[in-house]
Amino acid sequence: MARPPSPESAGEKENIAQTRPSGGGGTAMRLVVPLQGVVQGRGGLVLGSLLPCALFYVLQLYLKRKNRSSPAASVSELPAGIPRTPSRGLLSSKTSTGPAPISSRAASVAGPSDSPYYVGYKKCREDPYHPASNPNGVMQLGLAENQLSLDLLRDWLAENLKDLALDGEEGNLSISGLATYEPFDGLIELKMAVAGFMSHVMQGSVSFDPSRIILTAGATPAIETLSFCLADPGDAFLVPSPYYPGFDRDIKWRTGIDLIPAPCRSTENFSLNIATLERAYNQAKKRGIKVRAVLVSNPSNPVGNLLNRETLYDLLDFATAKNIHLILDEVYAGSIHGNEEFVSIAEVLQTQNFDRSRVHIIYGLSKDLSVPGFRVGVIYSFNEHVLSAASKFARFSSISAPTQHLLVSMLADSKFITRYVMQNKKRLQKMYALFVNALKQLGIDCVKSPGGFYCWADMSKFIRPYSEKGELELWDKLLNIAKINITPGSSCHCIEPGWFRCCFTTLSEDDIPVVIERMMIVINKHNDYH
Amino acid sequence: MTRALPLDSDDADDHSAPPRSHAGGSVAGAGSGGGGTAMRIIVPLQGVVQGRGGLVLGSLIPCALFYFLQLYLKRNRPSSPSPSPPSPSPSSSNLSELSAIPRSLSRGLISPRGSSGRASLSSRGAAIARPDDCPYYIGFKRCVDDPYHPSSNPDGIMQLGLAENQLSLDLVRDWLESNLKESFPGDKETGGLSIRGLATYQPYDGLMDLKMAMAGFMGQVLQGSVSFNPSQIILTAGATPAIETLSFCLADPGNAFLVPSPYYPGWNRDIKWRTGVELIPVPCRSTDNFNISIAALDRAYNQAKKRGVKVRAVLVSNPTNPVGNILSQETMYGLLDFATEKNIHLISDEIFAGSTHGSNKFVSIAEVLDAEGFDRSRVHIIYGLSKDLSLPGFRVGVIYSYNEHVLAAAAKLARFSSISATTQWLLVSMLSDTKFISEYLEINRERLRKMYALFVGGLKRIGIECTSSSAGFYCWADMSKFIRSYSEKGELKLWDKLLNVARINVTPGSACHCIEPGWFRCCFTTLTEKDIPVVVERISRITESH
Repeated sequence: MARPPSPESAGEKENIAQTRPSGGGGTAMRLVVPLQGVVQGRGGLVLGSLLPCALFYVLQLYLKRKNRSSPAASVSELPAGIPRTPSRGLLSSKTSTGPAPISSRAASVAGPSDSPYYVGYKKCREDPYHPASNPNGVMQLGLAENQLSLDLLRDWLAENLKDLALDGEEGNLSISGLATYEPFDGLIELKMAVAGFMSHVMQGSVSFDPSRIILTAGATPAIETLSFCLADPGDAFLVPSPYYPGFDRDIKWRTGIDLIPAPCRSTENFSLNIATLERAYNQAKKRGIKVRAVLVSNPSNPVGNLLNRETLYDLLDFATAKNIHLILDEVYAGSIHGNEEFVSIAEVLQTQNFDRSRVHIIYGLSKDLSVPGFRVGVIYSFNEHVLSAASKFARFSSISAPTQHLLVSMLADSKFITRYVMQNKKRLQKMYALFVNALKQLGIDCVKSPGGFYCWADMSKFIRPYSEKGELELWDKLLNIAKINITPGSSCHCIEPGWFRCCFTTLSEDDIPVVIERMMIVINKHNDYH
Repeated sequence: MTRALPLDSDDADDHSAPPRSHAGGSVAGAGSGGGGTAMRIIVPLQGVVQGRGGLVLGSLIPCALFYFLQLYLKRNRPSSPSPSPPSPSPSSSNLSELSAIPRSLSRGLISPRGSSGRASLSSRGAAIARPDDCPYYIGFKRCVDDPYHPSSNPDGIMQLGLAENQLSLDLVRDWLESNLKESFPGDKETGGLSIRGLATYQPYDGLMDLKMAMAGFMGQVLQGSVSFNPSQIILTAGATPAIETLSFCLADPGNAFLVPSPYYPGWNRDIKWRTGVELIPVPCRSTDNFNISIAALDRAYNQAKKRGVKVRAVLVSNPTNPVGNILSQETMYGLLDFATEKNIHLISDEIFAGSTHGSNKFVSIAEVLDAEGFDRSRVHIIYGLSKDLSLPGFRVGVIYSYNEHVLAAAAKLARFSSISATTQWLLVSMLSDTKFISEYLEINRERLRKMYALFVGGLKRIGIECTSSSAGFYCWADMSKFIRSYSEKGELKLWDKLLNVARINVTPGSACHCIEPGWFRCCFTTLTEKDIPVVVERISRITESH
């Protein structure tokens, strides 16, 4: 039969390519005869499978070679036995072989970011606004970070940091609990404290079981780790859009899982629509893609909506009907500033007889406790297999022990936590009202949202043309002229142009008039033009 | 078991199912010879191979055939690795009606939801969720469940399987006790704690302050023979994610790294689990004192190539784990030549660089690169504070790379594995205290040296020889004369006896992919001097009975 393809010889492709026009050369005949045999039924299974396999393989090679400027040039002519001298590196022609190639996934990650979400973020880092020291800097409204209550944290830390982990025997620092290897998925003390905190921010409506918690170094690795557990490369999650722009990195980069946006519309106040999910599911199936989960944020990011009980039931029904997983990202559960009540999926599961093993919650302390720098994320799963796999995957993303001990004592200080949660909520409420009203005076309406650090603003009347291009033009003007970084809806896969996520928790009250004044410049220009 | 294979039911309303089964038939059922379908394939096929088909047909047809074949094989493979869920169709047809039913509290009881089975895990998740079968992890777990303590649990299991250094924890504790308060950043304006540097988002790949302190520390560990550049550092939450992140950057699924064996058992998890990169062990032999042989690397490389596997890197540990050797400069030149010749990467895991106890001087690959005109962009160093500073609980790892693309990618992938800011500030302060660091390094080396001599001496008295090693927290002990059948089976039997009868956890060579049976890695840094006689006595019970 055809000789075994060796990836080395570039002659392989010519071999095939040449035989075709020449019609029935020696090689071609060697292929034709068994092929005819196969299709006419005399070949049997082995030939019938090996031949197309080999053909396909050669074809792949051929295409690959054509498409790529062959990065791994062969260097086998190098002399092997030159004695070592200090000037050796100069003698040999080694440096001429070009750099060793990096992986294709890294190559795509290594390139500069072109998503406005990251472009704007970077600009803010390089030239951050400060009322006194850099009044012309870029204002950061693109990062969902809560700086409203940092003073409370500072006071607690200033008071308690010195006692950190000095709880060993006889007042000595208990070093072996601090420096030595600890369970990768978190100290049980911290799991208990986090379970208590989660329950606290949800106002006691649910109690969480510490043994269902896997702790990771932030919610980002929590969602990635969970994705590794639930789906294989090529599988997909359905995600109601607009969705948090970070999901594209968190999930798609390394797990090989695809995200399929299921668009929500402004006419429905961007609330989740099961019929849309159903449609997206069927389309994916038609394309041969296996959908393994629905991923929903609640409170939603970037809109700030809450899912009501009805919708949660429907989601559970949908996941059950399709026999897929349901992931609820509840990182903003405790950051509610509206009057609506937040309902965790865990609460719904308590009251109803659903199969819990398909439900997984993502949580973290970055939002509700304003400590993103501490890198603490939570996978809360009702599925023991997922828990078992995730606890092993936690080796790649553990929280350092000193931070864990610090948090154990912080979360155990229930007086502080109660005060913090209450104060923080009041401050969120106040800032939200101030900010949304200020935008309103500019003629910008926001979706009425009860949760999160942001509002979802409709600037569609200021874009021209009414398209993603127009939206990005406005975003660019806001960033480079007004020096305000916000997140355009297209970064969140919103299908309607002209929506922007504006975070207000990185601002002080004094900043709001500055923001408004800066926005006015861009918007008035637009109005003058018309 | 009798349940329908989930894959089938899942396909019940799958639109691609009809052509799929059809194709299966036409390949397998070729014996029926020349039905209508077969003819439709034959005619263009003949055209193709006789040169009348052109490129498109010539490529599409085999492509399609191969695709169908794959499907066919998949369906017929008995133990499908990812059993997907049972049929969702009954409930999905009800869905539209269901959503019209008004929600009531007893709803869960009405609908037959619980009966549709459980949503399955990914095949990678399912594989990992299973209980461990590697002795390395089994032994570790046994120690965690029933740890030895001289007074409170004298019959517990002694941990000699974990490379953790507890010899110098007192030094770290003393430093923390006197410096903890001052370690956190102050606020210039208020004079208090600077909460912004602590609580808010920081660069995922580490604070520049810590990178600078780390570069200084790494230089200090190497006694100033190299100076490290902070901008070539990516910090991660431990050396484990460092090696994983680097692997993600260097290789794609299905690619492979060559790894001289015996090698650190953790790499099978660190690298293989999620990146899809294969590890190809390249055996070192006791007759060579387990030194790396470039000829063996070359052989393994060619074999991999023959199998169509793309080798993207050589991964070595220096000092080696589990043996404790230090690579000679010659070996490093050989490795660099090899990597250059094959145009692949070279990863040097140097986490034990500062934990030397022998007279051989450790030389980092960075030092070799400084002196010679090699292409640096293929060289990457893994480092961390878990070993040399005895702080595994702090979870601090380092990727030190000379390749800007790798640095750019790794900096972004660091989002999955950042160190908390509190720990980073604490370490900035600790690593910047160069007086403490040099004192620590010196005392720690002295203690390592003493324990190594005591432990190896203890083993020698009961007839167990170790390879002479210069670094690490372990020795590599030859117990081959105590195993009954000279094979992996015999080795694991001895390991089992040591664990369950002598109640000592050591790591068998087979867990490290050592091809010669009877070798064991024994860590001595989790012990106190008083523990050594206990260990020796426990081991001798087994070896004497042999």
